[in-house]
Amino acid sequence: MTAAAPPRASISVRNARDPVLVCAAIVIGWQLLHELAGDVAITAPLPTLSHLLHMVGQARFLPHLGETAMAFGQALAISWIGGVVIGLLLGGHKLTGEVAEPVLVTLYSLPKVTLYPVILLLFGLGMQAKVAFGAFHGIIPVALFTLNAVRNVPAAQLRAGRAMRLSGVQQARHILLPAALPEVFAGLRLGFSLTLLGTMLGELFASQRGLGFLLMKAIDLHDVETILAIAVLISAFAVSANMALLAVDRRLRRGAAPAGHGA
Amino acid sequence: MRTAAAFATPVTPASAAAPAPHARLEGVTRVYPARSGGDEVHALGPISFDLRQGEFFSVVGPSGCGKSTLLDVLSGLAKPTEGTVTFEGAPVDGKVPDGVGVVFQEDASFPWLSVEDNVAFGLRRAGTDAAETRRRVEFAIGFMGLRDFRRAYPSQLSGGMRQRVCIARTLVMQPRLILLDEPFGALDQQTRLLMGDELLRLWRETGATVMLITHALDEANLLSDRIGVMSARPGRFIEVVETGWDRERDSSLAERSEFGAVTSRLWSLLRGESLRAMGQGQAAEKRA
Amino acid sequence: MSLAGFLRTLLIVGAVAALEIACRTGAIKPTMVVAPSAMALGVVEALRDPEFWRHFGVSVQAVAIAMVIAVTGGFCIGFMLTRVPPLRRAVSPFLASYYSIPHIAFYPLLIVIFGLGRTPLIFLATMFAMVAMILATMAGLDRVPAVLAKTARVHRLGLVDEILRVRLPAAAPHILSGLKLAVAYSFIGVIAGEFIMSTEGIGHEIAYAYDNFNNQRMYALILIVLTLVTSFNMSVFAWERRMLKRRGL
Repeated sequence: MTAAAPPRASISVRNARDPVLVCAAIVIGWQLLHELAGDVAITAPLPTLSHLLHMVGQARFLPHLGETAMAFGQALAISWIGGVVIGLLLGGHKLTGEVAEPVLVTLYSLPKVTLYPVILLLFGLGMQAKVAFGAFHGIIPVALFTLNAVRNVPAAQLRAGRAMRLSGVQQARHILLPAALPEVFAGLRLGFSLTLLGTMLGELFASQRGLGFLLMKAIDLHDVETILAIAVLISAFAVSANMALLAVDRRLRRGAAPAGHGA
Repeated sequence: MRTAAAFATPVTPASAAAPAPHARLEGVTRVYPARSGGDEVHALGPISFDLRQGEFFSVVGPSGCGKSTLLDVLSGLAKPTEGTVTFEGAPVDGKVPDGVGVVFQEDASFPWLSVEDNVAFGLRRAGTDAAETRRRVEFAIGFMGLRDFRRAYPSQLSGGMRQRVCIARTLVMQPRLILLDEPFGALDQQTRLLMGDELLRLWRETGATVMLITHALDEANLLSDRIGVMSARPGRFIEVVETGWDRERDSSLAERSEFGAVTSRLWSLLRGESLRAMGQGQAAEKRA
Repeated sequence: MSLAGFLRTLLIVGAVAALEIACRTGAIKPTMVVAPSAMALGVVEALRDPEFWRHFGVSVQAVAIAMVIAVTGGFCIGFMLTRVPPLRRAVSPFLASYYSIPHIAFYPLLIVIFGLGRTPLIFLATMFAMVAMILATMAGLDRVPAVLAKTARVHRLGLVDEILRVRLPAAAPHILSGLKLAVAYSFIGVIAGEFIMSTEGIGHEIAYAYDNFNNQRMYALILIVLTLVTSFNMSVFAWERRMLKRRGL
């Protein structure tokens, strides 16, 4: 009772302030590292950014960016859709879920990089292997989270639905879906990050196109500026996408969890 | 083998005229600082009162009136905003003094320790020697009826049994003042009655001073020599009711007609305050 | 064994058998997947090979160093952050998006800075694993019930005793799952780095076998790494299970 919710305005101010502070700290730290290590090891923030802009403007850069985006997009679609479908199937059927869950958990905690050569043998060098590897990283957490989301829908809510004589479809639409959604979405968020990691790993090892390939070429040329520029580009994409997903995540949780429960 | 009497501090009859207070609160208030966007919360006081040596004192009051805050301040878990707290003549200042034991409403047993190790926890931390520790743990486990469960873990016990573990863990430290914060709040009615009788036995045999916080009026009535009735927030004592029960008493007391009279008296004092407290709650909900 | 456990075993044995048959009959070519029996032979061969043990040792050492730094450092940092709320508020958005960044993108930079030795690998693996430990420590310490901390104060414990005797054991299940993640991440960091660019280590050996079309050795090495990680995870898991069961969770 005493812990009344703070007004909206203060939340959004704080939300905006923290990332700005973190960004500022990172840029300052980066600049300091540059001062310490010199241009050979780390280029300063500003030249790196201008190099990045310069690169993005170049015609020969775009196909690589497109290749990576394409690989990631396909991998993400597979892990999201595939993961949710698998999770729903396993969560909906108790025995199947019990059989499959430990297998999924084991797969999830494996260092999947180790299996990349196998993926290459199966799919060949190129786009397919990258997509497969990205999807392989992302699909398991999405499936696991969905499975648990479906399984953890409180029995009392389902019973309440039955007491209101909802049909099977209504039950799924009005009770199962809203109750499971926040957790499923948390899985999608994790799946996003891991798919990106998998796709990048795929590009760094044995590939002829894409941002990862550019990174590897830059090592050979000792081109620190390009390495940093690409790393920053990928990180900025990853972080902003994650922020957006987190914002949706919070919204969903506000609707689903009892007041004061969500963090 | 030690007996319960050997545990005891000198027993002073609660009815004796003006003995030295065991603990004393003088002008104590507790104000919680404002949280972002809210007002500061005046939770308690000003309160002044004495706990008599060896008495059983209960505190009743509407929910949210600061009963738990009172316990926190008295035990040294929280500092009063204003005023002073003294225990056995020495000031209590935000640190729990030696000789004070606290039993909480929530399950405070350590889930990673067996019943035995839970009970021995405080003695081991205080560096009591092994033989003495064993003797006291043995006694407390027997006293609380936990002999058959000594090697069990709290998760294997019911809520009532876990609360016994917590009481035993307090008991081994031989506290001279025992503070209980709604220790039976989560238990069912039958278990509560039995635990109440056991609490009375513990109080009689150890001679400790007991302060019990409860929301159950008949429980307060049955157990206490005196009952402090608190107002809605900020909590103060509106009246201290003397029950006048014998030291030797148990739950059969509830059959007597004077018992009903005391409970009615408590309720007539509390009714208006409870209504006010409900109003405060609704207002707070509207603000949020 | 439970029905689910039985079916699971049956499923796995069946899958291995099907793979064996498919490889033997030529339905799956050995240029893609070698038969499980051939993998097993490869494992035996690798285990007899002193060269393998050298590379294996190099990798395991890197993982161990990274793990120790990540686990102790992560716990200390996590603990500190729960004690200093303003600092925690400042870094929490950074921690929240930490794992969305594909760290491996920074490996080339680390190579440029530290050279091609073990240092960039260990650095990468440590950075990768440490944050998991920080997050797990904070989650664990946050969930220590307030009443247990109060109990520590009623027993007049000092700060060190309160941490060691009350907070740490209460937070242990979360910290243990952080440990599991830290192990997995250290392995990922080291092996991934060795794959991409390194001159020694088990990851390098796997990549080398791949480049030379030595599929039997490649599969054998992969199998060894995965078995190692899985058995480590299983033993932590068993420990965790025992702890949770005792606590009735």
